[in-house]
Amino acid sequence: MKPVAERHALAVLFAGLGLMMASPAWAHAQKGQAAGFLTGLLHPVSGLDHVLAMVAVGLWGAQLGAPAIWMLPVTFPMVMAFGGFLGLIGVRLPGVEIGIAASAILLGAMVAREARPPVWLAATLVACFAVFHGHAHGSELPAGQSGLLYSVGFVIATGCLHAAGITVGLIHRWNWGRIALRIAGLAVSGAGIFFMWRALT
Amino acid sequence: MRRGFLRAGAVVSLWSLPGTAHAHLVTTGLGPVYDGISHLFLTFEDLLPVIAMALLAGLNGPPAARRVLFALPLAWLAAGVAGHWSGMAMLPAGFTALSLLALGILTAADRRLAPSLVAAVAVLLGLVHGWLNGAGIAAAGRETSGLVGIAGAIFLLVSLIAALVVSLRRPWNRIAVRVAGSWIAAIGLLQLGWTLSGRG
Repeated sequence: MKPVAERHALAVLFAGLGLMMASPAWAHAQKGQAAGFLTGLLHPVSGLDHVLAMVAVGLWGAQLGAPAIWMLPVTFPMVMAFGGFLGLIGVRLPGVEIGIAASAILLGAMVAREARPPVWLAATLVACFAVFHGHAHGSELPAGQSGLLYSVGFVIATGCLHAAGITVGLIHRWNWGRIALRIAGLAVSGAGIFFMWRALT
Repeated sequence: MRRGFLRAGAVVSLWSLPGTAHAHLVTTGLGPVYDGISHLFLTFEDLLPVIAMALLAGLNGPPAARRVLFALPLAWLAAGVAGHWSGMAMLPAGFTALSLLALGILTAADRRLAPSLVAAVAVLLGLVHGWLNGAGIAAAGRETSGLVGIAGAIFLLVSLIAALVVSLRRPWNRIAVRVAGSWIAAIGLLQLGWTLSGRG
């Protein structure tokens, strides 16, 4: 006979395993609604190019401080949606992948250099890149899913990536944090060069 | 022993007290009202504009928020009844993307608007979405009382969100509301794209 504590631990373990194995119920969900939201939510975090650029926007905003810290994350989703809109109505944008790679290179360089251009210039730069990201990712909806719910998930995930960048960027107030951010900027730029090489070959 | 009988009697008496549950509300006639309430919370085309309107009303202070609190549900209800009566949608369903876009931009811009102007925007929003809801309910052969549930849920949602935004005092709180507005505008723009492309 096993001790009571051990039996309880086993019961909890099996209960936990059972819970982890449970699949979503999708009870009464309209067809494609929940799937559209999840696809949109996961899409931005499934591509490293998109993730790095979004986080870099947040890091740069944190380095620049107010008002850029909030102006950049406000600008990006709206212009990104405009890029997605262009893609959806069939407007072709040449060199989308190159534009995305360039966004990682330049935004990473801005963070690495701790560049402090005028806010309007920073917002314009971010907005230009946002069009490419929106065009490439904003319209990739699998058939049968809800476009609106996909958009909701997509915008929320992008916003959360910005927020993550801003939160990490708050280490800027310490000297070691400043150095760490610059190194992170270099890493983003390096990854951008890799994306560019891949886009060109 | 006698105490045991008393307890058992009390338990049996309590069991016999509960009335019928009316779980599916067929007998009470309130089913469509609850359908209306759940419709709002499950339909993002209607829910998001209401949230955006409440954010905008809250950003513009208590006078604007008070007007929107009554103007939006009443306009929604009136237009819903009219739309149900006419049975015609008149506007394409994708038109709701424009309201998302406009309200999101107004919230993100955070420009101080006159309370009457904010109320007028709320009335316009209520008329468009209410009419579409009413026509949709008529097309589905449901009862008009669902509109009461929708209007009630809108009243509740606007009162909670607008009051929360009005109560925000720190500058970054206000910025968070503006960021939410920009997200809503972005969703509206993408939704417009889906509508125009005939997908989604």
